[in-house]
Amino acid sequence: MNPRLRLIVAGILTLLLLGGASAYGITEIAAYRARLDAPSQVRTTKTSPDTANAPRIAFRNTAAGAGYGLVSSVPIADPSGSRSVGTLPCDRVYETASRTICLRIDRGIVTTFSATLLDHSGKTLRTWGLPGFPSRTRISADSKLVAFTAFVTGAAYATVGFETVTEISSLDGTAFGNLETFTLLVDGSPLTAADRNFWGVTFTADDNVFYATAASGGLTWLVRGDLAARTLTAIRQTAECPSISPDGSHIAYKKNISTTATAFWSIAVLDLRSGVETVLPEKHNVDDQVEWLDNSMILYGLPRTDQAGDSDVWSIAISGSATPRLFIEHAWSPSVVRG
Amino acid sequence: MYISLSKSDHQNAPQAGRRTGLVRVSSVVVTLGIVSMLTDISSESVAAILPLYVTSALGLSTIAYGFIDGLNQGVSAIVRIGGGWVSDRADRPKWIAFAGYALSAVAKVWLLIATGFAAIIAVVTIDRLGKGIRTGPRDALITAESVPSNLGRSFGVHRMLDTIGAAVGPLLAFLILWLVPTGYTVVFVVSLAAAAVGVIILGLLVPDRRPRREREAAGRERAPFRWRSLTDPRLRRLMVVAGLLGVLTIGDGFVYLALQARTDFAAQWFPLLYVGTNVAFFLFAVPLGRLADRIGRSRVFVGGHAALLLAYGCAVVPFGGNVTTILCLLLLGAFYAATDGVLAALAGQFTPQGSTASGIAAAQTVVALSRLVASTGFGVLWFALGRGNALIIVISALVIAIGVAVMLMRPLHSSGSTAPLTRDAS
Repeated sequence: MNPRLRLIVAGILTLLLLGGASAYGITEIAAYRARLDAPSQVRTTKTSPDTANAPRIAFRNTAAGAGYGLVSSVPIADPSGSRSVGTLPCDRVYETASRTICLRIDRGIVTTFSATLLDHSGKTLRTWGLPGFPSRTRISADSKLVAFTAFVTGAAYATVGFETVTEISSLDGTAFGNLETFTLLVDGSPLTAADRNFWGVTFTADDNVFYATAASGGLTWLVRGDLAARTLTAIRQTAECPSISPDGSHIAYKKNISTTATAFWSIAVLDLRSGVETVLPEKHNVDDQVEWLDNSMILYGLPRTDQAGDSDVWSIAISGSATPRLFIEHAWSPSVVRG
Repeated sequence: MYISLSKSDHQNAPQAGRRTGLVRVSSVVVTLGIVSMLTDISSESVAAILPLYVTSALGLSTIAYGFIDGLNQGVSAIVRIGGGWVSDRADRPKWIAFAGYALSAVAKVWLLIATGFAAIIAVVTIDRLGKGIRTGPRDALITAESVPSNLGRSFGVHRMLDTIGAAVGPLLAFLILWLVPTGYTVVFVVSLAAAAVGVIILGLLVPDRRPRREREAAGRERAPFRWRSLTDPRLRRLMVVAGLLGVLTIGDGFVYLALQARTDFAAQWFPLLYVGTNVAFFLFAVPLGRLADRIGRSRVFVGGHAALLLAYGCAVVPFGGNVTTILCLLLLGAFYAATDGVLAALAGQFTPQGSTASGIAAAQTVVALSRLVASTGFGVLWFALGRGNALIIVISALVIAIGVAVMLMRPLHSSGSTAPLTRDAS
């Protein structure tokens, strides 16, 4: 090929490739717009004051169509019934009777991440900037403490490696800061390794005590946190994203049962009195911080393999005696609001 | 675009380049820059959204990501030496670079069908391997397409285009996800298209230079590739200095974390701090490359580390506001602009023609490995002594290291600025 011909061939191929990619992109944008304008694939109602304050399960609605990504709720008594769709978009959400914490990807050409605390009327009380993609969030049952975890992300130049940031604040304004500033005790001695990471806080009825995950050197621990002493004490190995039962007797967490470098998480429940751990008969890989429906049932999300960005909430009994049941279709990040 | 003049006379190569405006370098260097820009758009767009894709679309955790990232950097450094060596042995820098770029493009195809975490990690690893293979030969091509008086500028132009790609990629990816929040496949398709166009441009429009054969044809001594070619005392001195400064170059991520912990502004914009650094990098790349040609590359290389020192200073001073944060990003960008391409130019200058790919790759490997050591070591310091103290220790050590580097590099200054200034005056 002579130089001129090479230039022409390169030009044509470039146009074809970039044109093809653009055409595909435009088709996808049009399809997405069409899905947004389409009616929701599930039965929905607008949120009204009486549904907003009743005992309910709040979650992120992932049903395609109108209302996608908005915080929605269903009555506890009728989880598969018509869902009440609100106006607040969140990627991860947690609600109590009086407060909502909403972790969000603020999309745009410059994409940023934030955590917003709202009261029950939907008024913004506080906003935090997050260093990366939202992960977990919780509010204590008495609505006095809030915790959230985000990944620290960025492109190649900014990569430090896998890192999470987990912060705890009291809702009256006291910041307890990043858990990395707490003292981590493993087998009684402080662990100061460089690769320590913390995530997935769950609050107990005692506002000084919480549980979370600590990780270092490829190991994870369930840790018991003390806010006043600013300590985290490892109480069990191989346990992530703990969630304590409403009566404080059990902790459910995801347990990595994989023997290879790729994690595979099952749900396990630890009886805090007897110390007995039960691994539940869920065959899927569960990467979520579970939520307690009551003292015997837990809820968790599983992504749908057939549709990116869609997921379902499942329930399973902690006795391990029954298989999982589909609880709320097209939903993610459930929180049980007991009114 | 195809260089039409006698290939044996590499001294004339830059004459083929456009001689107007900013780009007074060989058109081949510009073409290689565009190839790198497209490839960086491809890689960085995927890298920026991968954590989100893995966590929200695949529903997996990024737990092992950091470890694998570190492992990849180590492997990439070793592959880099291999790529340089094969390129010099075969005397085919273009086609070895092509293999590296093609490998990264093929990885993007797999991304469209991969579903598990292991598959994603494999894609990232293959992408990194491709990067390792291509860097040495590509920089050898840039050297072959330059003359001593514009080598710094050539690398400056290349790195400018390369960094534009690194800044555009993530923004493009987030723009797509803004338009279609679940449009990961669109990002992957665009990424693949950009990588494929880069490979096509490289394959069709970049001449197949044979540096060693050209040297022999020019009547100079036969130059079969030998490791001994890499024993030029100037190259060894450069590698010692680069390694010494490299072990004190902690990852940018740590600097961003320090900034983020100090001001709300930096916390809010944390995901974009690297864009600020990249913008500064591409703005300074050409001016600092030209400066290197004029006052001596080794001076600019060491001077770049002074900018790094100041950047660390900005990150640690207690009275940090938005101005300090932005100044810190500008200084980090200046550091990369003064060292990244300039190191390749220096290594190319100190290696005989026909061995440049290995020489450049060796110097870059020293830097990559020493920075890996730096980041690991600094991580330990960070947690043992706290952020501020750890940074102050690094700053103190860097002051000493820069002093030592100035002394070690002094003998190289004469050969560093080989530029006949008349060319620049034109």
